Amino acid sequence: MAIGRPDAVIKVQDLVVELDTRRVLNGVKLDLLRGEILGFVGASGAGKSVLTRTIIGLLPKREGLIEVLGVDLDKADDRAKQAIDRRWGVLFQQGALFSSLTAGKNVEFPIREYLGLSAKLTTEMAISKLEMVGLKPDVYRNFPSELSGGMIKRVALARALALDPEILFLDEPTSGLDPISAGEFDQLILTLQETLGVSIFMVTHDLDSLHRTCDRIAVLGDGKIIEAGTMDQMLASNHPWLKSYFHGARAHDDWHVEVKG
Amino acid sequence: MTAGTLLSGQVTAGGLGLAASGAWTAEHARTLEPLVEHATRTDATVQRIIIDVTRIERLDTYGAWLIERTLRVWTSRGCDTRIVGLSDSYGNLFKKVRAGAGKLTPLPRRSNSITATLESVGRTMSAVFADIMLFSQMAGALVIAFLRVVAHPTKFRLTSMVNHLERVGWHAVPIILLITFLIGSILAQQGIFHFRTFGADIYVVDMVGVLVLREVGVLIVCIMVAGRSGSAYTAELGSMKMREEVDALRTMGFDPVEVLILPRIFALIITVPILTFLGSMAALYGGGIVAWLYGGIDPQVFLARLHESISVKSFAVGMIKAPFMAIVIGLVACVEGLQVKGSAESLGAKTTDSVVKSIFLVIVLDGAFAIFFASIGV
Repeated sequence: MAIGRPDAVIKVQDLVVELDTRRVLNGVKLDLLRGEILGFVGASGAGKSVLTRTIIGLLPKREGLIEVLGVDLDKADDRAKQAIDRRWGVLFQQGALFSSLTAGKNVEFPIREYLGLSAKLTTEMAISKLEMVGLKPDVYRNFPSELSGGMIKRVALARALALDPEILFLDEPTSGLDPISAGEFDQLILTLQETLGVSIFMVTHDLDSLHRTCDRIAVLGDGKIIEAGTMDQMLASNHPWLKSYFHGARAHDDWHVEVKG
Repeated sequence: MTAGTLLSGQVTAGGLGLAASGAWTAEHARTLEPLVEHATRTDATVQRIIIDVTRIERLDTYGAWLIERTLRVWTSRGCDTRIVGLSDSYGNLFKKVRAGAGKLTPLPRRSNSITATLESVGRTMSAVFADIMLFSQMAGALVIAFLRVVAHPTKFRLTSMVNHLERVGWHAVPIILLITFLIGSILAQQGIFHFRTFGADIYVVDMVGVLVLREVGVLIVCIMVAGRSGSAYTAELGSMKMREEVDALRTMGFDPVEVLILPRIFALIITVPILTFLGSMAALYGGGIVAWLYGGIDPQVFLARLHESISVKSFAVGMIKAPFMAIVIGLVACVEGLQVKGSAESLGAKTTDSVVKSIFLVIVLDGAFAIFFASIGV
C-alpha cells in the first residue's frame, strides 16, 4: 500500500476490441501504475474512448486480459466486480450528472447506496467533497441545469471521488473549459493525486494539461500503443504522428527548450 | 483489509487523550461514526483534547473528516485541541479536509403555509398572464410575417409547407379515420341502446348526424392533431432552439417566424379542415354501420333520415371552426417550442405543456363557438 511502490493498478494485455466487425483495438498493452497520472492521447477516432469504456466494463472485448487492482475482470463474479466498481471513479466528458438530483444529492448517491452512513455524515461528506474540488458548499442545493460547464465537471469529479477511489478515470476533463478553469482543473488533479494518492487515467487532447500534470503519456494509434513514456520521451520521439502532435502549431516553444536543457 | 477500529479514551490530568488506530476509511465509516459520536459526549471538566493518530494504518477523507469533526465539536466548546503523530502523507489530507466549512448556510425560513399558498397562486396567475402576452406577441409576429409574404409572395416557403402538409396531413389520415370511425360507431351504439327503451331508435340518426358534424368530428380531429402534430412542432422548434439554429437564422437576417413558423401554421390551417371533413365522414359511416348491424336501421333509411335531420348549416358550423382551431394549435405549439431553454428536460416539459395547453384552448374555443352560434341562432 505504500505510495511509491510501482505496482500496476490496471494491467491491460493483448486487448482486442471489435465494434460491428471493425477491429478498433488490436493488441493493446498498457499498465497504470499506482499513484501515477497517465495521460492518454491519440487521433480522434483512434479508439481512446473505446479503450477507456472497455476497461470500465461498458464495452465487451474480444480477446485479451484486463486486470484491475489485481482482479481479472473476466473471472470475477458479480460481487467482486461490484467491489471493484466501488474502488474506481469515472468522470465522463459531459459530467453525466443525474439531472433530476441536486449537485449535492448526486455526490451523495454512491455514498448513500454503498456506505449506509447516517444522513448527517452523508451530507457532511458530500459537502466536504464539493469543497475539495473547489466549489462553495451552497452548490449542494443547485440542480445541474443551473450550473456552468466548469462547475458541472467539478461536481462530477466530486461524485467520482465520493467513495475515495483508488483509480480515477477522466475523459477529457479540460475540454470545453476556458484556459483559466482548465489550469485550475489541472492543479486540482495534481492536488488530489498528492493528498489522496489516487492513480489517474486521463484521456485528453489538452497539450498544456498533458505537460503540466502527467507523469507518463501513452499514445494510441492503429489500434496499438505506439509509445508510452514521459513527456520528454514523447518530445524526443521520431514517430511521425508523435512529431506532428507534440511539435505542431499548438505546442509551446519552451517545452522544446526543456528537452535540450 | 484491516478489521474494525477503535477510538479509546483515557482521562489524564485536566484533559482527555484519545487514541485512534486501524483503518479509518470509507468502508469502516459506518462503525467509526458511533465511536466518534461517543467521544464527543459532553464532559464539562475536560479542558484539553489530544488525539493520537500514530497507530492509524490507513486514512482517507472519511476518517480525516470524522477526526476533524471531533476536534471541531470540542473546539466549539472552548477546549484546546491537538492531533499528535500525524505522518506527512496524511498531513496534506487533513489540511484539505480542514480547509472546508463543512456545512451549508441555512436556508431562509419558509414563510407560513397561508402566505406560501397565496404566493404560489400569485405566481401561477402571473405565469398565465405571461402566456397570454406571449401568444398575442406570436400572433402579432405571424400577422406581420403574413403581410410581408402577401406583399412579396416569392418569400413564402412553399417547399417547407408542402413537407409539413405531408407530415401533419397525409400521414395523419389513417389514424384519424380509424379513431373517428370508432367514435361514430360508439355514439351510435350508445344512442340505440338507450333510445330503444323509448322506442325512439330512429332518432339516433339525428343525434349522430348533428353531434358528429357540429362538435365531435372537429373536436376529435383537433385533439388528435394537437397530440400528434402540435407536439412534433414543439419538439422540432425546441431542439432547433437548443442547438442555436434559430439564433443562426436570425443572425443571417431571416425572421424565424417567417421561415419556420408561418409554413407550419399554414400547413395546419389547410390540413385540419380536410382532416375534419374526412373524420366526420368516417364517423357518420361508422354510425351508419352500427345502426344497420346493431340497431337494424337499413342504410337507405339511415341516409333518408340523415337527409331530413341535418342541413348544410350543421356541416358548415363544424367546418368553420376547423381553421381557427388549427391556428390555436399551431400558435401554442410554436410559442412553446421557442420557449425551450438549453436543457433536454425543458424540451420535454415544453412539449407536454404544448399538448396540454392546445387541447385546453381547443375546447375553450369550441365552447366560445357554441355560445356564438347559439346567440346568432344557427
